[in-house]
Amino acid sequence: MVRVLGNFDVAEEVVQDSLVAALEKWPEQGIPDNPGAWLMTTARRRAIDLLRRDRRYVEKLALLERSTLLSDPAEADDRLRLIFTCCHPALAQEAQVALTLRAVAGFTTAEIAAAFLVAEPTMAQRIVRAKRKIVEANIPYRVPLGPELVPRLEAVLSVLYLMFNEGYLSRGTEAAMRRDLADDALWLARMLAGLLPDQAEVLGLVALMKLHLARSRARFDAAGEMVLLPDQDRSMWDGAGIAEGVALIEGAAALRMPGPYQVQAAIAAVHSEARMWEETDWPQIVALYDALLSFTDTPVIRLNRAVALGRVSGARAAFGEVNDLAMSLSGYYLFHATRAELLDELGEKVLAREARLRALELCQNPAERALLERKLSR
Amino acid sequence: MKYVLLFAGTMEGIDQLEGSARDQAMADYEKSNRWFEKYTNEGKVVGGEELRGPSTATTVSRRNGKVTVTDGPFIESKEIIGGFALIEVSDLDEALEMAKEWPGTVEIRPIVDHSQERQER
Repeated sequence: MVRVLGNFDVAEEVVQDSLVAALEKWPEQGIPDNPGAWLMTTARRRAIDLLRRDRRYVEKLALLERSTLLSDPAEADDRLRLIFTCCHPALAQEAQVALTLRAVAGFTTAEIAAAFLVAEPTMAQRIVRAKRKIVEANIPYRVPLGPELVPRLEAVLSVLYLMFNEGYLSRGTEAAMRRDLADDALWLARMLAGLLPDQAEVLGLVALMKLHLARSRARFDAAGEMVLLPDQDRSMWDGAGIAEGVALIEGAAALRMPGPYQVQAAIAAVHSEARMWEETDWPQIVALYDALLSFTDTPVIRLNRAVALGRVSGARAAFGEVNDLAMSLSGYYLFHATRAELLDELGEKVLAREARLRALELCQNPAERALLERKLSR
Repeated sequence: MKYVLLFAGTMEGIDQLEGSARDQAMADYEKSNRWFEKYTNEGKVVGGEELRGPSTATTVSRRNGKVTVTDGPFIESKEIIGGFALIEVSDLDEALEMAKEWPGTVEIRPIVDHSQERQER
């Protein structure tokens, strides 16, 4: 089939389609006398079908397949179109992430599968299905214009941020084995900022990633154990990286288009600029969380705000706010871990232990589990 | 590029509703009429109908070569297909724009183009 079609991707797709057709039809109609010939005929029919399609979409498919990035600036527009196509809201978000990594960042299917701890055939199928939907539903290959740009850009940014978090949060002892998603997400965000220089939120996201990465060395100690912000050795932070992140937010703020990524970056900047945990400008952090809530009001952001409020108004006030979130966050380990910290401060050792045990039950991340276990054994 | 927009309907007819729910349904009905008018005039809607309720549906199914006729729609669910429109637009984004103006839930399905096959036969 590859020889006949001269196009591996189409051949691969066609053979898969024929197998799917066979799986659907054979149980009903019985296995044909010559199954091989039947498959070949079906595959050929499918292939002609595919190749007949509008030339544009064949080209688009070829572009999606081109996994390495070209550095020619003339390709910039193509690259931008490609990102928007990969992050189209008509595709499931997990497919958006996978396609972006494959088509824009040049990951192999095996690397994407490893990054998301999914079996390779599952990931391959997810990518094939997404590519097929782009072609068959005629998802346009272009950068959205006018009022459509901002909501579509939000989708792109959330794909990049998800990618970043996946890499950043799982950074630990085993991270060296995987290709670094966080660095690639930063690279993609930087590229996007270069292509859309007047979009403040893109700069905000770059700044946010930059500020997280600048402090990432201090997140694990020599033994590979996770260290939380209050206990981090701040001399391990990358001062130049922090300065760059702060300069990026200032650049974004000058565009006068505030948004949630810029606010999150500002929160990270306030933390980054404090020489010690105790010297953090907590009232400023609480004010920034209030600003963030005006863009996106989620229980998790409220939980973070409550922690900051605890530094301003005391553990008792924070504890009240945290408990108000019990309905929506009772299945979230950080809710229980936060309660445990506050209960410790209030001298409620028994209740603190209970909350920490509950957090441990719910926590999946090995580094964070180890941290909870250490606190429990104290 | 042709797509079919499938419009979600509800089990209840407008006459079974009361009060504000009824007013809302009437307003939506008006809105959907205007939607059809607008896009038919623009040449984007090339066909479509409102469907009678699922209580009027009959399903013909085929299993192991045996054909059975049963009362009711083939998907049993709370949401039903209330009608459809066949549209001809340049791409999915244009179809999405139209669907966003519809006063209710819409499923967009690209149609399979058999026109070239027929010409060659």
